[in-house]
Amino acid sequence: MITLAHFLTLGAVLFCIAVAGIFINRKNVITLLMAIELMLLAVNTNFVAFSRFLGDPSGQVFVFFILTVAAAESAIGLAILVVLFRNRATINVTEIDSMKG
Amino acid sequence: MIQFNPADLATMLPELFLLGATCTILLIDLFLKPTQRDVTHWLSLAALLATGVLVWRDAPAQGASIAAFNGMFLRDGVATVLKVFVLLTTGLVFLYSRDYLRGRKLFVGEFYLLLLFATLGMMLLVSAGNLVTVYLGLELLTLSSYALVALNRDSAVSSEAAIKYFVLGALASGLLLYGMSMIYGATGTLDLAKIHAIADFSANSPHRMLLAFGLVFLVVGSAFKLGAAPFHMWLPDVYQGAPTAVTLFVGSASKIAAFGMTWRLLDGAMGGMHVHWTQMLGVLAVLSLAIGNVFAIAQTNLKRMLAYSTISHVGFLLLGFVNGSASGYAAAMFYVISYALMAAVAFGMIMLLARAGFEAEEIDDFKGLNQRNPWYAGVMAIAMFSLAGVPPLFGFFAKLMVLKAVIDAGQMWLAIVAIVFAIIGLYYYLRVVKVMYFDEPHDATVLELPRDRGFRWVLSLNGLALLALGVAWGPLLDWCDRAFAVAALIPR
Repeated sequence: MITLAHFLTLGAVLFCIAVAGIFINRKNVITLLMAIELMLLAVNTNFVAFSRFLGDPSGQVFVFFILTVAAAESAIGLAILVVLFRNRATINVTEIDSMKG
Repeated sequence: MIQFNPADLATMLPELFLLGATCTILLIDLFLKPTQRDVTHWLSLAALLATGVLVWRDAPAQGASIAAFNGMFLRDGVATVLKVFVLLTTGLVFLYSRDYLRGRKLFVGEFYLLLLFATLGMMLLVSAGNLVTVYLGLELLTLSSYALVALNRDSAVSSEAAIKYFVLGALASGLLLYGMSMIYGATGTLDLAKIHAIADFSANSPHRMLLAFGLVFLVVGSAFKLGAAPFHMWLPDVYQGAPTAVTLFVGSASKIAAFGMTWRLLDGAMGGMHVHWTQMLGVLAVLSLAIGNVFAIAQTNLKRMLAYSTISHVGFLLLGFVNGSASGYAAAMFYVISYALMAAVAFGMIMLLARAGFEAEEIDDFKGLNQRNPWYAGVMAIAMFSLAGVPPLFGFFAKLMVLKAVIDAGQMWLAIVAIVFAIIGLYYYLRVVKVMYFDEPHDATVLELPRDRGFRWVLSLNGLALLALGVAWGPLLDWCDRAFAVAALIPR
């Protein structure tokens, strides 16, 4: 029997992987974008699981909004990435450090 | 059963009008030649003005909170005050930045349209009555802001600032959403007022754990968006890297909206647990005051210095929340409004001094300004003294009200910490004044002012307003007080 706790654990694990991906990753900005997507999917898992076990559809409606906004968000993220690459010829996280202090 | 009520559309008439106007301007802008961009400029200002008139005209009677779309959208006193000032500061951004944008080949329709959409997002955010509307308003604001920061496509620092803002902003949204999912799980509703009524944080509640997790994530997400330490990493880079016109927007209008969001989430939904989140906010406030004021001292770049000063001001803003009552929120709202108006003058001055190919963003660029143009040196001095909190300027009374709220809450030690750091903060504001009045200018020629007369007039008026509101701050504070005093009376 799969219970709510299983889904919440899955959501939490996905969320932790995503946060770790953002903070530990020292290589590539595209990995950051993937981690951000994963984070939103973890949230979606939570919402759908709660919605199903509470018998309340509004959580699933929220998921549709999150999915839509996530698509817009990654479009903007990739656009900024292209601009960055044109200006700096690198998308290496460790090299994006011209401002400090 | 969800029912559609046509009267709901009238409740959100200002937002609908702004949406329609923005789409119309988007279409008109397509048919304009680059030389006719002034049309977009004036149309955008007219749209903001008309929206402001609608907000003002439809202001709910004292005590009323009008809910539309099954509580998704609220029109109450707080929303009205915040919307008026969001529209005002966005209008200032338009008025101040025309010459600046023109000098950098950034005078394009996108700037105006993205700002108008961001304004729409902010209006939705401060009126949100449901977690879905909070999220959608927030994303409309932040997605537009990411694009605005990257507006100067040929600038390496701009695009670097944009990617940092994007990654940390998206992380903040993710944290906020994760918290929202926990709270939804614990209460079974997305409506802020219902969450407030249902959330049970008593010791034997089965949902205590979920609610605690949700609350922590909401606080962290809001702190990220406000730029409170230790979640402030994005702020200095974004302020420094973005075109100054965009920095002005991120530093003024969107701070007002972030305050509205924090209040809606923490008091509107989690008000029953305020004993717990006021402690968290107290810690964030002390860290912000310390990090903001100490790091600002080391800066040579004026925009970056103002970014650290923002962090310290966010600390003060959060102190208003520590009270956890209407008078504290009113003080915090008064504070965020005063901060937005002061930041507008400071960034406006940077744009006044900037020329094509010269950003005027180093503190040294202000050397000897008094010899080159005494009037604008005076305006900048008023802004700096006001930010530092020197009486009788606006910033002093804002700080005073927040400190009063903190002392009323019985947190004397927080008030002492705040005063100590405010005194440390004096140093770096006074350094700018010293540079302007006592240092020799690089070139002693008279300052060449921008041709845009409207910009010069409004900037001067904005500077004088800091003085005038410092003398007559009563009506504004009274307005803030009434907005919250009333909201507290509504049965939830």
